[in-house]
Amino acid sequence: MQRLTEPAGPFLELNGISKTYPGVIALDGVSLSVSRGEIVGLIGENGAGKSTLMKVLGGVVEPTAGSIRVDGRDYPALTVNDAINSGIAFVHQELNLFDNLDAAANILIGREPLYGGPLRLIDRKALHAKVQPLLDKLGVDFKPDTPVAALSLAQRQLLEIAKALSLDARLVIMDEPTSSLTLTETARLLTVLNELRRDGVSIIFISHRLNEVKSCVDRVVVLRDGRVVGALAGETIRPDAMIRLMIGRDLKSLYIPPKVPPGEPALEITDFRTTAFPDQEVSLTLRRGEILGLAGLVGAGRTELACAAFGVDHRLGGTLRIAGETVAIREPRDAIARGLYLVPEDRKRCGLHLDFSLTENISLPDLMTYAVGPLISPAAEEKIAEAQRHRLNIRAYDIATEAGTLSGGNQQKIVLAKWLSMKPKVIIFDEPTRGIDVGAKSEIYQLMRNLADNGVAVLMISSDMEEVIGVSDRMAVMQEGRISGFLERDQFSEHNVLQLAVGKTLN
Amino acid sequence: MLKKDLGLFLLILVVGAVVAFLNPRFLSPLNLANTANLIGLFGLFSLGEGFVIITGGIDLSVGSIFALLGVIFINLLVAYSLPWPIAVLIIVIAGILLGAIHGFLVTKVRMQPFVVTLCGLLVYRGIARWYTEDGTAGFEFGQKFPALEWLTTGRSFATDTFTGIPNSFMAFVVVAFIMGVVLHRSVFGRYLFAVGKNEEAARYSGIRSNAIIAAAYVISGGLAGISAIYLAMYTRSISPASHGNFYELYAIAAAVLGGCSLRGGEGSVMGIVLGAILLQVLQNLVNLLGIPSSLNFAVMGGVILIGVIADMQLVRYRAYKANEKKRAGIVPLPAAAPGKN
Repeated sequence: MQRLTEPAGPFLELNGISKTYPGVIALDGVSLSVSRGEIVGLIGENGAGKSTLMKVLGGVVEPTAGSIRVDGRDYPALTVNDAINSGIAFVHQELNLFDNLDAAANILIGREPLYGGPLRLIDRKALHAKVQPLLDKLGVDFKPDTPVAALSLAQRQLLEIAKALSLDARLVIMDEPTSSLTLTETARLLTVLNELRRDGVSIIFISHRLNEVKSCVDRVVVLRDGRVVGALAGETIRPDAMIRLMIGRDLKSLYIPPKVPPGEPALEITDFRTTAFPDQEVSLTLRRGEILGLAGLVGAGRTELACAAFGVDHRLGGTLRIAGETVAIREPRDAIARGLYLVPEDRKRCGLHLDFSLTENISLPDLMTYAVGPLISPAAEEKIAEAQRHRLNIRAYDIATEAGTLSGGNQQKIVLAKWLSMKPKVIIFDEPTRGIDVGAKSEIYQLMRNLADNGVAVLMISSDMEEVIGVSDRMAVMQEGRISGFLERDQFSEHNVLQLAVGKTLN
Repeated sequence: MLKKDLGLFLLILVVGAVVAFLNPRFLSPLNLANTANLIGLFGLFSLGEGFVIITGGIDLSVGSIFALLGVIFINLLVAYSLPWPIAVLIIVIAGILLGAIHGFLVTKVRMQPFVVTLCGLLVYRGIARWYTEDGTAGFEFGQKFPALEWLTTGRSFATDTFTGIPNSFMAFVVVAFIMGVVLHRSVFGRYLFAVGKNEEAARYSGIRSNAIIAAAYVISGGLAGISAIYLAMYTRSISPASHGNFYELYAIAAAVLGGCSLRGGEGSVMGIVLGAILLQVLQNLVNLLGIPSSLNFAVMGGVILIGVIADMQLVRYRAYKANEKKRAGIVPLPAAAPGKN
């Protein structure tokens, strides 16, 4: 893929890229260069700014400051077309493939070879002939006419790469490409990366799997709080060195100490196996009055665990005890009847009815208690809704306001209000403050503590390091579907959490 | 009454006034009684259809249910000489069972409602035709069921000068009232909207969404069973190849006109009632204004099309207005809300 005239200098140069949102600095003067035929690893904790940086490179987000130079041309900001035309291609974590079409159709989608004529019929032979060399180059074991539905995850990753190559990509950006691959599939992918490097293609490799990063990249750049905090090259690329750079944030103290010591076990999960990680067994015990943080990297299987406990998903095995009693939970209804509630991660899809009013949302899980016989008593449900609105300080004009018109923080408070008007024993919060402003965040932390002080057991899933360290009394860390370790408060540190989250033991 | 229903009500008044102006016979007691009778007959099963549509489903089978249950009903009375209350009970239970089968296939087998009830449409009519050997099922000469006839085709409050109110219409009003309470006041009704709007969130709130959806099909089937009796008594003879043809489309049209969204989660009993009334007024309009009756469906289709487009524009306009209000900062914070101090 060598071109006749190669401009001098690295393929990609970012200079002082910043991106601020109201109240948030996502990127703060990031400079990064990638040479031709170089593989650069990009690592950082959840929320370090990796995704925003990638969006800048894809032309989706316009930086507020800085300049970009791609292949010798300067841009103040890339547009989506600039990115495509200058040969920047993405292989996303969630694959963007049409699984009802075959491999060749996916690679050349929108650019299909046509027979001449007004009908614009697709020339399938030419389509397959055009794709075959690309597949040969990657050494894949499927054919152009294999349906995508029949491909494994690894094969789909390779298909995405073939698509990138068909666009004459000069820089391929891979976001967690190995997160769902087996060891042999990963090895195969890494070989392909090396071949691409030999052809002069540059690669940015984003991964949490530090051992893989170590084995395939030429250089590692570490992001923290939207800044480049260090780079490693050659022999210095070691997991412990990478972790040392990733941590070290100034964490605000959010901790509100409990008023009462934790009591007897409220929730005991034993040998749980979820459909996402069928080979892993998870056990944990949650006591009354404590906030147990469940930390880990995105995709570690925490939400799956919560959904299996709450009865949303089927579990493959294991037992669940609430307040010492073994309970059979087949659907959320069973969990709710036992006082086990879930504040789900995706509140717009699972937590709320966006065009229901505050009242209708709040009364929904225990509507029967507001009913006289089969009929709802509007006065009863409005009374509770009004009480919850004041208790949680929900900023809405009145309780007839539709939930969808409110801000994220107020919507989350409505989800909480649904459960707080009942009698919780255990509440699982899944990413309780995602997309919520700072003020509402601290209100929610205070609320969790109040619940715990009143004898409720709180399980908080959080990918936010500051939050999980700051709010929890005790912490469990998950990694690839298993619990890799428990931490007591005196062991809380970014270093320890990250060690466990990437699957290393504490030293 | 919701704003949406009010618009529909005004539309009915306007159409009625225009027809009455062009042909005064529209307001004659006999014509009004006939129209009311038809509103009752078509309105009954439209209510059930509306419930199914609110869950995000559809029931295409009702027209064929009328043919199948209708011929069975007549046969029970004629060939088996069953007492009519028992025959009525059997038919209503049969309707409920058919609805239960639809509900099972939709929720447990996870088939699409359109496919399930399309198969019902084909199967029931086929069986009805086979059952009568494609002949016409009718009562024997001179066979009379005074009480049943009074309930279905009779009239109440008739005087020398007043033709009376058709009992089919009265039955419709009673059923509509009950369904209105169920949909808008009961726990089940709230669940129905919750499941239709966002089944996932409903499940997370502990609602058995499958049971709720299946219940809607059962209600639709049960009302179709009652309607089958009313229609059989109205026509008194049933040729299963054509009896009830396209009636499911009248029901869907009434529900959609009445503000039910085919995406689920929206609709009101008042809307469905008004939708059913408007459809029959339009039918009547075609007859009274000398429009070729072959244009019947075209008129209905045209009015629904225009009605839905107008409604969408209205919704958009209201959303725009609401947005403007918000930008003007009229929405206060709870601290300023009354009752806090």
